[in-house]
Amino acid sequence: MITFDKVTKSYDHRTAPALADLSFTAEAGEFVFLVGASGSGKSTVIRLVLREEVPTRGRITVAGTQTARMPSWKVPHLRRGIGTVFQDFRLLPNKNVFDNVAFALHVIGKSRAAISTLVPDVLETVGLDGKQKRYPHELSGGEQQRVAIARAVVNKPGILLADEPTGNLDPATSQDIMDVIKRINSFGTTVLMATHDSSIVNSMNRRVIELRSGEMVRDEVGGYRPEVTQP
Amino acid sequence: MKTSFILSEVLTGLRRNLSMIISVVLVTFVSLLFIGSAVLLQMQISGMKDYWYDRVQVAVFLCPPDSEAPTCAEGEVTQEQKDAIEAALSSPDLEDYVEEVHFEDKATAHRLFEEQFEGTSLEGTVPEDQMQESFRIQLADAEQYGIISEYFSATPGVEEVVDQNRLLDQLFRILNVATAVAVGIAAIMTLCAVLLIATTIRLSAFTRRRETGIMRLVGASNLFIQLPFILEGIIAAAVGSLLAGGVLGVGVHFGVSGWLQSRLAGVSLVNLSDVALVTPLLVLVGVVMAGVSSWLTLRRYMKV
Repeated sequence: MITFDKVTKSYDHRTAPALADLSFTAEAGEFVFLVGASGSGKSTVIRLVLREEVPTRGRITVAGTQTARMPSWKVPHLRRGIGTVFQDFRLLPNKNVFDNVAFALHVIGKSRAAISTLVPDVLETVGLDGKQKRYPHELSGGEQQRVAIARAVVNKPGILLADEPTGNLDPATSQDIMDVIKRINSFGTTVLMATHDSSIVNSMNRRVIELRSGEMVRDEVGGYRPEVTQP
Repeated sequence: MKTSFILSEVLTGLRRNLSMIISVVLVTFVSLLFIGSAVLLQMQISGMKDYWYDRVQVAVFLCPPDSEAPTCAEGEVTQEQKDAIEAALSSPDLEDYVEEVHFEDKATAHRLFEEQFEGTSLEGTVPEDQMQESFRIQLADAEQYGIISEYFSATPGVEEVVDQNRLLDQLFRILNVATAVAVGIAAIMTLCAVLLIATTIRLSAFTRRRETGIMRLVGASNLFIQLPFILEGIIAAAVGSLLAGGVLGVGVHFGVSGWLQSRLAGVSLVNLSDVALVTPLLVLVGVVMAGVSSWLTLRRYMKV
């Protein structure tokens, strides 16, 4: 689903690259943690998958397409197959829960009929049924992140990217969010999640790719190993 | 569905940015007012040229009874002198320069005079026998006026050679200067409008960066993301250009048709139908200007 082949990304040729010679493959339906300290290159990986950046060297293939070769007018189509969740939720404060999720469908031209069935379905999946009319400021952090996840997966993408999705949440709420993401993964969606929340990584026992200064130092199934990655 | 969504986005943008939108409307209005004025001035000039260049010729005025010109010392022009002048005009020396000649006698001159000043205080003030006879010459090349003028400068019976084109050219020169001034001001104002539209669109895009960020993330096409902003600029500019057309119409109706026409009898001036012709052009210019400048701004400041 996602393949990095000897990918190097430099933002500025005078400094060390943000990513150096990174190679990995995430298969369809796989759950992959991307761990490492701040500045280790996790967010760069997310941005490269989303094709907000193109690699300086190497090849990235997402859902069968090589991103660097893709003309920019095709990028929106790539992104329709990728759901993305961030630490800061990124909801629209003047729209209610339903409209926040529906917004993602409106802007890619889905019909009103499709929206009226897809949105309630996904809200149920993330455990928000009954809160359709609430506004973001009336929701807890965990609920807001559920709305963001619902928006990311409402179009049934093959890939879910999560950049520190639990970064603003307490441990119990974080666990709830992880349960939601796990459920989405169980439907066959490939999940690539960047985090430095060690307890979550340890409790999930999934594949972990660890980055340090842009280089991969570990790729195995297991826990977080905080003693290695703390700066 | 898509259309109504885009329109609601446009309305949101217009509401949120109201003061900037009003300034875009006003700047476009002023710049297009000057562009419109320049176009109308040029329409006036070309209308007058079409009208007069067919009629205006080099006139060889013949001596009236009491002229003080040295070539008229022998008194009023005689029939022999007229015949000699007519012969000269068709002689090999001049025939290459002359397209057409006709003789205007006193009766014709009087009739034309009365027609031209019909309804003014000059009507009926000059009796027919005081009108001056003349040869009206259509030149093959209007620039060759000097040859005719020189040729007849010492001919007995010729009082004066007048190139009426020269008189008109002076008027056209004044109108052309006015056009140049209008174009200059229009250029500056258009630059202001373009920059202001760019700034407004940037501001609008900035205040809605959260929405556009999400749109990009979920895979909305560039056109879909950018269209509301471009439409915002286009609507503001269209309103400004319609205002300019309206003000030009009011100005022409009251200023030109109402005021100037009564003082310039016999001259065909621009009227409301010319404004009706210019206004769509102004709207087109305004819309293209706004569309292009907002599109370029978004290309620069809203990356895929």
